Amino acid sequence: MKIVIIKYNAGNIRSVLFALERIGAEALVTDDPDLICNADKIIFPGVGEANSAMNYLKERGLDILIQNLKQPVLGVCLGMQLLCAHSEENDTECLGIFSETVKKFIPAEDKPLKVPQIGWNNIYNLNSNLFTGVAESSFCYFVHSYYAGLGETTIARADYIQPYSAALHKGNFYGVQFHPEKSAGMGERILKNFIQF
Amino acid sequence: MLTKRIIPCLDIKNGRTVKGTNFIDLRDAGDPVELGARYAAEGADELVFLDITATQEKRKTLSELALRIAHHINIPFTVGGGISSVEDVRVLLDNGADKISVNTAAFKNPGLILELSGVFGSQCIVLAIDAKREADGKYYVYLNGGRVATETNCLDWAKQGVELGAGEILLTSMDHDGTRNGFAVELTGLLAESLPVPVIASGGGGTMAHFSEIFKAGKADAALAASVFHFKEIHIPVLKEYLNDEGISIRI
Repeated sequence: MKIVIIKYNAGNIRSVLFALERIGAEALVTDDPDLICNADKIIFPGVGEANSAMNYLKERGLDILIQNLKQPVLGVCLGMQLLCAHSEENDTECLGIFSETVKKFIPAEDKPLKVPQIGWNNIYNLNSNLFTGVAESSFCYFVHSYYAGLGETTIARADYIQPYSAALHKGNFYGVQFHPEKSAGMGERILKNFIQF
Repeated sequence: MLTKRIIPCLDIKNGRTVKGTNFIDLRDAGDPVELGARYAAEGADELVFLDITATQEKRKTLSELALRIAHHINIPFTVGGGISSVEDVRVLLDNGADKISVNTAAFKNPGLILELSGVFGSQCIVLAIDAKREADGKYYVYLNGGRVATETNCLDWAKQGVELGAGEILLTSMDHDGTRNGFAVELTGLLAESLPVPVIASGGGGTMAHFSEIFKAGKADAALAASVFHFKEIHIPVLKEYLNDEGISIRI
């Protein structure tokens, strides 16, 4: 099986590669369109800023390429947000796979929580084979200032200031807001589930 | 619910853990990767690796260590010690570190924090501050591992650091560090209530009750300790069960 991690101007890409190695899967980090299109599974990772990431993808034609992928695709963190319709982060039009929009966390008066959210939080209402073997309210590791709201493609919920999407799914596209590559055994199970699709 | 975090800290010299450990069952207790993996398996929420090597070889050994950690450990980790440039940070993040911590270099050149947060994002920039209470009752910043005093107030520097883009504060109280008499509740609470970013309390954790106290009274977002974990005086799974029973949100 050929697993490709899409290389672009975002961080934590090698962490995903190492996590796959730990579960016995080999992957290739590349921005080569032919290699991406011919992969069996594609991971679209990322920690970074939405606007510069979208510009980078557009300049290389990777935006259209990603939109037309037919094999299973897993967006992680910024990767998931870029698969949504729009992000408030520098008013960025995103790839539009998921209809949800991405908004900034605003601490509420009765919930003076810190932004970004950094740390371990529960995931609930798990509704996908991505979560086979993952217990309800398991803990995953999150680092983010922006979130996708709840919508028709939500397959897991998390709560921080308000409920939001911890994971999304539509057709062959999956997205997780948390970092499975840093979420200990639960994260490894989720990555295993994805590569076994 | 977002949990409080328990963070074991490993001091590294020439690629090896120092201060010793009591893990007789580890194949190589001096290997930071094996010790770190052990803590990860026990339920540590994050790890901090602090390099105290003072040689020219330091950069290379630290980046190689980050790469080995990233290969073997499945929880987030921070690397610190002598980081002073964008290039230092780029190598460490490329090698799989989730965050880096800066201390003296950032104090001497606050623009470094702005530069690093601009290039890599605030979420991976931890500002480490060593603080000590002086005769006037106020807390001051110390540099170079606590050897050099400054006239800067701890809270003022923390606020400035956050404005410049630090995403977290790692606060070590020199008055408490090594005492095992408890964390700096007052100072930690002051920073945690004044700053819009998480505060990691460090120094003085000696009993499980100290951890409960620093989360409840000190409002800390995370608590860091070294020797109580290394010498198995506190066992992480037992600590987390205890904190959970205390009503503190914790990952079990």
